[in-house]
Amino acid sequence: MSSAPHWIQPHPQGIYVAPADCWVDPSAAVERALVTHGHADHARGGHGETLATRETLAIMDLRYNTQAGAVPVAYGETLRLAGSVDATYLPAGHVLGSAQILLEHAGERVIVTGDYKRRPDPTCVPFEVARCDIFITEATFGLPVFTHPPIADEIAKLLAALAASPKACVLVGAYALGKAQRVIAELRAAGHHDPIYLHGAMERMCRLYEELGVPLGDLRLVADHAKEEMRGAIVVCPPSALNDRWSRRLPEPITAMASGWMRVRQRARQRNVELPLVISDHADWNELTQTVQEVDPRETWITHGREEALLRWHELHQRKARALALVGYEDEDD
Amino acid sequence: MEQFAALIDALIYTRSRKGKLALIEQYLRETPDPDRGWALAALTDGLDFPAVKSSTIRNLLKDRVDPVLWSLSRDFVGDTAETASFLWPEPLRRDDAPPPTVSEAVANLAAMTRASVMADLPPLLDRLDAKGRYALFKLATGGMRVGISARLAKIAFAQAFDVEVDRVEEYWHALTPPYAELFAWAAEGADPPDTENMPLFRPFMLAHPLEDTQVDLADYVAEWKWDGIRVQLVHVAGETRLYSRSGDDISATFPELITALDIPAVLDGELLVRGSHQGGEAGGAASFNALQQRLGRKTVSKKMLAEAPAFVRLYDALAIGGDDLRVLPWSQRRAQLEALIPELPESHFDLSQIVAAQDFAQLAQIRESARDDAIEGLMLKRRDSPYVAGRKTGLWYKWKRDPLLIDCVLMYAQRGSGKRSSFYSDYTFGCWTGDPDSDGELLPVGKAYSGFTDEELKKLDRHVRQNTLNRFGPVRETDKSLVFEVAFDSVHASKRHKSGLAMRFPRIHRIRWDKPAHEADRIETLRALVRD
Repeated sequence: MSSAPHWIQPHPQGIYVAPADCWVDPSAAVERALVTHGHADHARGGHGETLATRETLAIMDLRYNTQAGAVPVAYGETLRLAGSVDATYLPAGHVLGSAQILLEHAGERVIVTGDYKRRPDPTCVPFEVARCDIFITEATFGLPVFTHPPIADEIAKLLAALAASPKACVLVGAYALGKAQRVIAELRAAGHHDPIYLHGAMERMCRLYEELGVPLGDLRLVADHAKEEMRGAIVVCPPSALNDRWSRRLPEPITAMASGWMRVRQRARQRNVELPLVISDHADWNELTQTVQEVDPRETWITHGREEALLRWHELHQRKARALALVGYEDEDD
Repeated sequence: MEQFAALIDALIYTRSRKGKLALIEQYLRETPDPDRGWALAALTDGLDFPAVKSSTIRNLLKDRVDPVLWSLSRDFVGDTAETASFLWPEPLRRDDAPPPTVSEAVANLAAMTRASVMADLPPLLDRLDAKGRYALFKLATGGMRVGISARLAKIAFAQAFDVEVDRVEEYWHALTPPYAELFAWAAEGADPPDTENMPLFRPFMLAHPLEDTQVDLADYVAEWKWDGIRVQLVHVAGETRLYSRSGDDISATFPELITALDIPAVLDGELLVRGSHQGGEAGGAASFNALQQRLGRKTVSKKMLAEAPAFVRLYDALAIGGDDLRVLPWSQRRAQLEALIPELPESHFDLSQIVAAQDFAQLAQIRESARDDAIEGLMLKRRDSPYVAGRKTGLWYKWKRDPLLIDCVLMYAQRGSGKRSSFYSDYTFGCWTGDPDSDGELLPVGKAYSGFTDEELKKLDRHVRQNTLNRFGPVRETDKSLVFEVAFDSVHASKRHKSGLAMRFPRIHRIRWDKPAHEADRIETLRALVRD
């Protein structure tokens, strides 16, 4: 490649698309932002113009109350940006509305994945494999020890714990956007149709999911119900509330947490988790490496996560890769 | 092996003692012999397979996984066994080789040599899933780290089969894994193991705190409460063993005592090291701090033996010359112990003297002066009491001296565990290095987790939340506005702490909501209480 700077430029605050003068997932307010999905480390408020899927825009509106400058993009739709850059949003399978962004310019194809997974998820459209020259990927679970078990196994574990202690409740810590709704939808798919109780911080996002066409069944607020009513029920809260005083209002809660980190025993113990559920919305090691092989890019750029191990894998497989070390993209609770 | 692996994982994730006991009890009741015996041995750290070390696991994995990926993974996970259990390549077909039983795994591991282990371990691993591999690695290398003590495992055993834990303790040291006779007796009602002529641990007689009780010295005798470690020394049929309070065999840590006793006896006393702080210059003992240097060592150097020689200050005899004395009253046991003393080497044994006092009031005065001798307080023993295991009310009392007190400032707080899990209940507090109004700063001097009521805890939790300056992971730094009156038993010089001081048993005595932080004590005040 020539010594001129590439048209896609990684900066600590995001990925800059030079010819179109716009940013992908910038961490500060910019004139024009292409946003992959609604998680706070990727979607921030205050941009002049925000190009994202209809669902991501709705999530951002819920969180930041900003509708100004919202430009909805459908999956598969190609937008012509300034400087002869074409942007196509492809499903990423991470959370509702999540997209990979395929950028094309001067005959070169670059994909920014945002966060993604390859497992089926009843709450969002599955990841779509597309070929490209430069694949800009996450690596949250980029270590070979991370292989997520089938979610059916983890849901069965949760339901078995519930059945074993009919007088208790199972309190599931789950990230408020995506993980919580996925766990609820999977429980419904497994035939669990009892009311599920929610921490107050979960309510609006669950309602939004339902409005956007993801049915979640009978949901109730913990605050509206007496302790006795919640015996034998599943309660969902953000991970930060798991060990908080808030949980004292629940009947003998069994502490569970739905997260890819739960694979490591000490991680679960540190959070006083009694029932670890290895459920992640990110690609595990095998999915990361499989995806690189399927996409088969000329070069892989790694935005964030355990990049050393994924770099090493590229080296072992004679593939070209570099770490971008972008700041601020880390989802500790996932 | 699957049930054992499931037990290990369940114990890791279960916080309450009751929950852990229930899990072990269920396992012991439902698992056949000898698997449950081997599992019990694993839980009490009673297994040793010299051919399998942590380095063995590392080397096995580095042959199968890229070494760089192995190291990155090991660093992240923080546990070699767990990392290896994840990274071991899943065998293609496990169906034709079912998982081994615990007994089969133990037999296999025991047969391995350093030369054969690299070839013998893989086939065993190939029959297990990740959880099973983790359990096998832990079984093989020891150190389960599932948050239970050997004592808790024995309590679970006793509860599982409704037998007395004291009898379990008594037979335990006579038996070896997989404890067939122990299970036969407890679970099947067979005769108890024949323990005659074996150097066994006998459960200790323990004391209650005296609190506000007053006793008549006509019925009770007073002794100093020495600040060492309680031990039992047993010599039977030519063999000597030294046991700690928990019943652990610590013979290897104090070899000089093993050779010093060659008369058949079971003796109860305080293990101390020579010094001048307890009981005077001649034949006295050093402070607990000095003794600590010798604790927990598997081998002991000649230098250590010369610099800090151990001895036992005897206060009771459970058996002498093959006669079990435990049924006799204290006064008769004491007479027999006094008669035995001249036959024991002076270098390694002395007698815990009776503290003479006219009445209880005079005894109280004597106790007050005990601080200078770095003694923990007084023991009061009923003259007519037999030697009974555990804490029976009214027989033995411990009457600790009043604690030392110092005013400290709350600096950092962390959430507690167990029933306090949602509250900031672990407190780090400090004293001033100088005048707080000029350049004095607070330096941490200790941590306390107890001494407050549930109501006070709620108020403290609120204080921490509302006065947080910084967060460092789970730790909150407070605005250093709250004063604790901290009680502690003693304070010692310590190189491990920035303040150079280590307090023993610090606890919150009073919360001084009224006291301004700058009126808390200076560090010199604490340093002046050091008696090393």
